[in-house]
Amino acid sequence: MVDIWSGLVQAFWLVATLDAELLEIALRSLEVTLSALVIASLIALPLAAFLAVRRFRFRRTVIAVLNALMGLPPVVVGLVVYVLLSRAGPLGVLGLLFTPTAMVIAQVIILVPLIASVAHQSIRDLWQEYHDLLISMNVTQGQKIRTLLWDSRRALLTAALAGFGRGIGEVGAIMIVGGNIDHATRVLTTAIALETGKGNFALALALGFVLIALAIAVNLAIHALSRTEREGRW
Amino acid sequence: MKHLALTLALAAIGTAATAATAAETMKMAVTTSFHNSGLADVLLPQIAADLDLEVQLLVVGTGQAIRLGEAGDVDAILVHSRSAEETFVAAGHGTHRREIMYNDFVFIGPDTDPANIAEAPSAVEALQRIAATEAPFVSRGDDSGTHKKELSLWAEAGRDPAVLHDWYKPVGAGMGAALNTAAGMGAYIMSDRASWLNFGNTDGLALLFSGDPVLFNQYAYLPVDPARHAHVKHALALKLEDWLVSATAKELIDGYEIGGEALFVFNAEEQAQ
Amino acid sequence: MSALFPVRLEAARATRRGKTLVGPIDLELAGQGTTVVIGPNGAGKTTFLSLLHGTARLGGGRIRWNCPTEEARHHQCFVFQQPVMLRRTVLQNLTFPLRMRGMARGPAEDKARTWAARVGLGGMLTRQAPVLSGGERQKLALARAMITEPQLMFLDEPCASLDGRAMREIEEILQEARAGGMRLILSTHDMGQARRLADEVLFLLHGKLHEHGRTPEFFTSPETPQARAFLQGDIVE
Repeated sequence: MVDIWSGLVQAFWLVATLDAELLEIALRSLEVTLSALVIASLIALPLAAFLAVRRFRFRRTVIAVLNALMGLPPVVVGLVVYVLLSRAGPLGVLGLLFTPTAMVIAQVIILVPLIASVAHQSIRDLWQEYHDLLISMNVTQGQKIRTLLWDSRRALLTAALAGFGRGIGEVGAIMIVGGNIDHATRVLTTAIALETGKGNFALALALGFVLIALAIAVNLAIHALSRTEREGRW
Repeated sequence: MKHLALTLALAAIGTAATAATAAETMKMAVTTSFHNSGLADVLLPQIAADLDLEVQLLVVGTGQAIRLGEAGDVDAILVHSRSAEETFVAAGHGTHRREIMYNDFVFIGPDTDPANIAEAPSAVEALQRIAATEAPFVSRGDDSGTHKKELSLWAEAGRDPAVLHDWYKPVGAGMGAALNTAAGMGAYIMSDRASWLNFGNTDGLALLFSGDPVLFNQYAYLPVDPARHAHVKHALALKLEDWLVSATAKELIDGYEIGGEALFVFNAEEQAQ
Repeated sequence: MSALFPVRLEAARATRRGKTLVGPIDLELAGQGTTVVIGPNGAGKTTFLSLLHGTARLGGGRIRWNCPTEEARHHQCFVFQQPVMLRRTVLQNLTFPLRMRGMARGPAEDKARTWAARVGLGGMLTRQAPVLSGGERQKLALARAMITEPQLMFLDEPCASLDGRAMREIEEILQEARAGGMRLILSTHDMGQARRLADEVLFLLHGKLHEHGRTPEFFTSPETPQARAFLQGDIVE
């Protein structure tokens, strides 16, 4: 209990004094995860809509695999990306290993199945509703996808926020491909892992509380900006 | 909200600015034991000042450090496992090994010392006593330099850890995490002195045995061979090596203390081995 | 006048998984007036309308419009029994079909406002469509269908769950459309409505076209015994 209390106190001081190191790693956490979120959404959302409206032979298999990939251990993703980006690997010449870019890549791979699976279900439900009307109106495939994406936007936002939560708390993959290098690729979660490993529980907890507060702040901001929970809004 | 935004913006600019100041960078893989000692926080700023060189540290276990060196993902490694190092050089991954400093390993255990290792005449004897009492013992179990040293001592004690059960617990983790586990279960553990001194969670544990020369832990610096990986920054790696064996480094390393205790002994020689 | 009509069905059949739901039907429809499709439950009225519209699979035979088949649906629209409300405002529901056809936002919104007023939804443009009442939804669906000025409009039981007042309003709109030259093909359960609206009646039974007549002759002296029984209110098997 002492650790939790002193962790809270330390968290408060770090934030109140705008501790430079804390700001640096917090910003980097946000940078990496938000970038990964945007890129992953750009891939996952149209993919989800496409899977909902297009009928093709292996659709059910693809959807099942997508759902299953949600359970992919991030560490495994990290290892695969490491092997690919390593100098000894096929994409080594890009020199991306141990950079925030590599971390973004790993997180994109982790987030796409999650966002796509969650989004797909909502889009599928909406497609059931809209199906007869859109077919009757002869809209093109592209228009179908855009209409479904726009009208499910609140559910899609939830999917994206689920992705954000997964990403901001992720540590396994970004530890491996980022290397947790001080002033270069260290973020909140890898710093927490480091301090825990050193036995500095109070500091680790402090960073953890900051991380949670950050995640809550981002979620609140998104909800405020999109004005959810207003009367009669869809 | 505006203030927060402003602060964040300034912080972002600030980080970008600091990142741009060092003229050159290189990557070095170091072991968790080395990093936990805190010596890096003393050396790196001086290196940056003297050589205008930013050394980016990847803090990993010995095994992973060697893998990174083999893959050419870092420019040099600093580890403490002589046989692994010699293999590394022999296989052509590293150009040579240069001894820099040593610290020592110590045996930590519950302050009640049920196996009575505090009175043991040697490290090997201490381990035999632990085995005899079957007192819980936590091992790094992660193929690190520390772990390999521990295994070699068990071998000398005539015990094979692979067949030790129940009381022998390999955790597959870094030094800090392993110490946490030992603290949590009141177990014995072999640690490097620096990690122990820096460790924050010492409840119920105490340093029980040290000083046997067999427990000395030699750190060596190995530049990755550019013949293998043309892109490694070999010139910078050599520059860093020269600094690490210099008088400045000697002063900093010998002078580094935790709680009044010196940790490392500088023992680099003029010429590379 | 009408590029779509006359339309000819030649042994046209709607099938699903090998089973014939409707047909074979031989029929020719001309380009004027309102055709009402009646028949007992399960007769296949909805499927028949869908078959003509192209949303039910043509399992056999031909349907020949006066224009190429790919173009036919472009000049038609369909109002479903349970109207589909897009999860948007009334205004956005109305502009949707226009925007899908490439109209710019400004002109589309102007047109939407006009049509909303015509069906009596002028004051509800910013309401979210899914919260509208049954009658309001049907009027919105109607306006949304007519806004693209189709030549032919299908309606599947348009007043099935509406009260008297809403039904009257809808029928007024339909009569106006008919007067303006729009071809209507609708199905209904309500014989009163059939009498009020129909120029021509198709009586379906077990998926087949049992009788085809014009008003008022069909209602005053139907030819087949089943039609007679049906109009009398008897259960027809």
